[in-house]
Amino acid sequence: MSAYDVAIIGAGPAGMAAAVEASRAGFSVVVFDEQDAPGGQIYRAIERADAGRLALMGEDYARGRALAEAFRTSSAVYMPGTIVWNVDASLRINYSGATGSGEVTAGSVIIATGAMERATPLPGWTLPGVMTAGALQILLKAHELVSDDTVLVGCGPLLFLVAQQMTEAGSPPRAVVETTAPGALRRALPHLFGALRAPAYLRKGLAMIRQLARAGVPVYRHAQAVAIEGREAAEAVSFTIKGQRHRISAGTVGLHQGVIPNQQITRLLGCEQDWSASQRCFVPRLDPFGETRIQNVYVAGDGAGIGGAVSAALGGRLAALRIAARAGKATTGEARSVMARLARDRAIRPFLEALYAPSDEVLVPADDTLVCRCEEVTAGQIREAVALGAPGPNQAKAFLRCGMGPCQGRICGPVVTEVIAAARRTPQDAVGYYRIRPPLKPLSVAEIAGLAPAAEGQPLD
Amino acid sequence: MFKRIATSRKARLSFDFEGHRLEAEDGDTVAAALLLAGERVLRSTAVSASERGPFCLMGVCFECLVEIDGIPNRQACMVKVLPGMRVRRQRGAARVGST
Amino acid sequence: MAVQHADTIVVGGGLVGAAISYGLAKIGQGVIVLDEGDVAFRASRGNFGLVWVQSKGDGMSEYARWTRRSADLWPEFAGELAGETGVSPHYYKAGGVHTCLSEEELQARTNLIERMRQVHGPERYEARVLDRRELAEMLPGLGEAVIGGSWSPHDGHASPLHLLRALHAGLLQGRGRYHADARVTAIARDGSGYRVTTAAGVFAAERVVLAAGLANRALAPMVGLSAPVSPLKGQILVTERAATVLPMPTAFVRQTEEGTFLMGDSYEDSGFDTASRPNVMAEIARRAARTFPFLRKLQVVRAWAALRVMSGDGFPIYEQSRTHPGAFVVNCHSGVTLAGAHALALAPMIARGRLDEEFAAFSAGRFDVQAHRDVA
Repeated sequence: MSAYDVAIIGAGPAGMAAAVEASRAGFSVVVFDEQDAPGGQIYRAIERADAGRLALMGEDYARGRALAEAFRTSSAVYMPGTIVWNVDASLRINYSGATGSGEVTAGSVIIATGAMERATPLPGWTLPGVMTAGALQILLKAHELVSDDTVLVGCGPLLFLVAQQMTEAGSPPRAVVETTAPGALRRALPHLFGALRAPAYLRKGLAMIRQLARAGVPVYRHAQAVAIEGREAAEAVSFTIKGQRHRISAGTVGLHQGVIPNQQITRLLGCEQDWSASQRCFVPRLDPFGETRIQNVYVAGDGAGIGGAVSAALGGRLAALRIAARAGKATTGEARSVMARLARDRAIRPFLEALYAPSDEVLVPADDTLVCRCEEVTAGQIREAVALGAPGPNQAKAFLRCGMGPCQGRICGPVVTEVIAAARRTPQDAVGYYRIRPPLKPLSVAEIAGLAPAAEGQPLD
Repeated sequence: MFKRIATSRKARLSFDFEGHRLEAEDGDTVAAALLLAGERVLRSTAVSASERGPFCLMGVCFECLVEIDGIPNRQACMVKVLPGMRVRRQRGAARVGST
Repeated sequence: MAVQHADTIVVGGGLVGAAISYGLAKIGQGVIVLDEGDVAFRASRGNFGLVWVQSKGDGMSEYARWTRRSADLWPEFAGELAGETGVSPHYYKAGGVHTCLSEEELQARTNLIERMRQVHGPERYEARVLDRRELAEMLPGLGEAVIGGSWSPHDGHASPLHLLRALHAGLLQGRGRYHADARVTAIARDGSGYRVTTAAGVFAAERVVLAAGLANRALAPMVGLSAPVSPLKGQILVTERAATVLPMPTAFVRQTEEGTFLMGDSYEDSGFDTASRPNVMAEIARRAARTFPFLRKLQVVRAWAALRVMSGDGFPIYEQSRTHPGAFVVNCHSGVTLAGAHALALAPMIARGRLDEEFAAFSAGRFDVQAHRDVA
């Protein structure tokens, strides 16, 4: 078993920046990455991007190139295509890669597993052809694929970014259907002054929306009762605005309701979590350097609370600087200045969070809408479990099997918490979340069995 | 329908999906190659046999499970296409045992 | 807040408490179930789902007979429960197999089955030891590593989770009420009955049944009882769904109604720690894969670790308090196997205020005797 000073999980901006800084400080560093190349989701396939794709995706994407280069030239051991499936309290990490399972120990762990899109339960959301907006962006970013019959539905900056990038690629969406409730702008305005500390984001957002208008992409606002129609696959999106029903045919639907921290590893470790009312999700409880209440376990990047790529890289550096300072190492950066930059970069968030608050229709879906896609459990069944006395997600899971399928509750977990909280009229943090256990991703029986030393005279097969 | 807007060409390779030959480019994931080929349905569920296709494309949702070279439950969005790969839809629950 | 009254308060909403409560509600009793919150030790969620007779009660014939009684009640119990609630506990009296991978294991098993035959009486006990060929005919895909095992027609299996849900639905249909987040902090006499203080208010009843698993240890002394139980960790791995292959459960591998395979039966004395440990997970997977090699290519989707509620000798505790009449303690680690008897046999005894004579053997007093003997 190998031992490292610092183990980093994830190679997006936070993980790469942390690895660069920790290597510079002289630590032995290992970086585990599910993807086959560095970049995470935000800078996905950045190393393979040619000039055309860099131009298409925009300068925020192109910025990832330098970070990936610095990461590649650092002394960190990079483990691409590797799933971390267990981390225990003594910072022993079990992983699974192309050559099977392995184990390392680490002095410190930086969890940089980023964000995932919030689930978007709507009637018809399991139909083939319905994807997340992020998925459409990955197809564009990593594979240069774009669909010509797309409708984008939901809310959040990414929805408009994807619309703009598709437009740039010559295949604008047929429409953007926004589900934000009326009054969001009014609720966001008090945060505008703070947002002016990060003006580049505001300029970019306005430019995006202007480009969509120029391209003639219709934007429907305050849509309600959104449903995706189709028999074997998506055929159309229908919705209601001011009492009038609209229907737009679409073979590809991109859903988006903002992103939330990927909480599997912090939950597995039992790190305390707080409910963020503004981000509408759980965030791990961290000190100013990103350390959890478990000593030597850090969270950096969107996994610590949504902040975007620039904040993520700063957060990764900050965690590495903290570890270095604790070990008495000389560092190139000064934690305090990184913290200040982080605060400036995040100044846009309260404005965005208020402007793009997800709608109740998605957070608390109707009875017959599927919530758990794997085990096909509806919101109504979860409410029945509450009526039977289930106080939280774990009892609901025991009663209904929601969260027991291959995605291990990643998609339905946040929705189940919301549905139970609404049904019990109890705050989300009192309702809690699924208990997370290893393996963090499904693993074959053969691979788990292979961990055990063979007893004498017993062949493995 | 998805189309490719590539600005530069990469090496081409072919693989097998449900007995048909499909084309892909070096670096494509199985999910991306199938979407480009117009294949939106990759599996049917073990619970109700309802049809599903790629959803998150980042390894989270497990909707794009297919059988690759005889191994069930591979995430099509996480596996790169290799020349000659044999890919099949995953219908319902995995079949195991004496059969 | 007003005090809520019922005939009986059952502390604990797991399989044991829910089965007793359902049984009480079924015979017209008013029942209040007081449970903890969403995150508690909850052995019920870690149950493997066997209704198991063949090896239960080695060393305590009363327990062997009680287990058998429950297994015999299960078909009627499961049918009624499903009929009343519409939730099937997925019970099958399919028989059950204990597989052995070595001559040593098989010899020990052979000896055990022989002892159990004496306990039950040969005319009432049909379990027997089978060789590899006989087992392979029963169990498709059986691995070469299995050299033999024991089979019993008295055994079966059920879904612990569906059972729990059905029991909760059933008790609410009767005069049962359920309160989550109601951890008990005090139990005091109240006239001829009891007053139970919880995080969710105060409740009162003529009788109180402690069915709170490991928490009984602290609760029992409040009513002049003792519950010397401690945790014994068990881990279970669960695969994805697969088409049905196994016609009956084995002690280590069980295929559920949904098609998932459960693999389990580990024993760890590790206090109240409920973490899943890779080395133990590996041993479980390895044994399962040797028993049924086809499991190797299935994906493990979930793992659990839960705490069995074990007494010093591994047998249950059933007792009514001498100093506090109407107060009962119930502890066992076979919540599924014994659910039939808990609902249909034990609940009526509790309702009438008296346990049958032969339950004297289940008194926690047996541990005091043991302690004195050890000292002597």
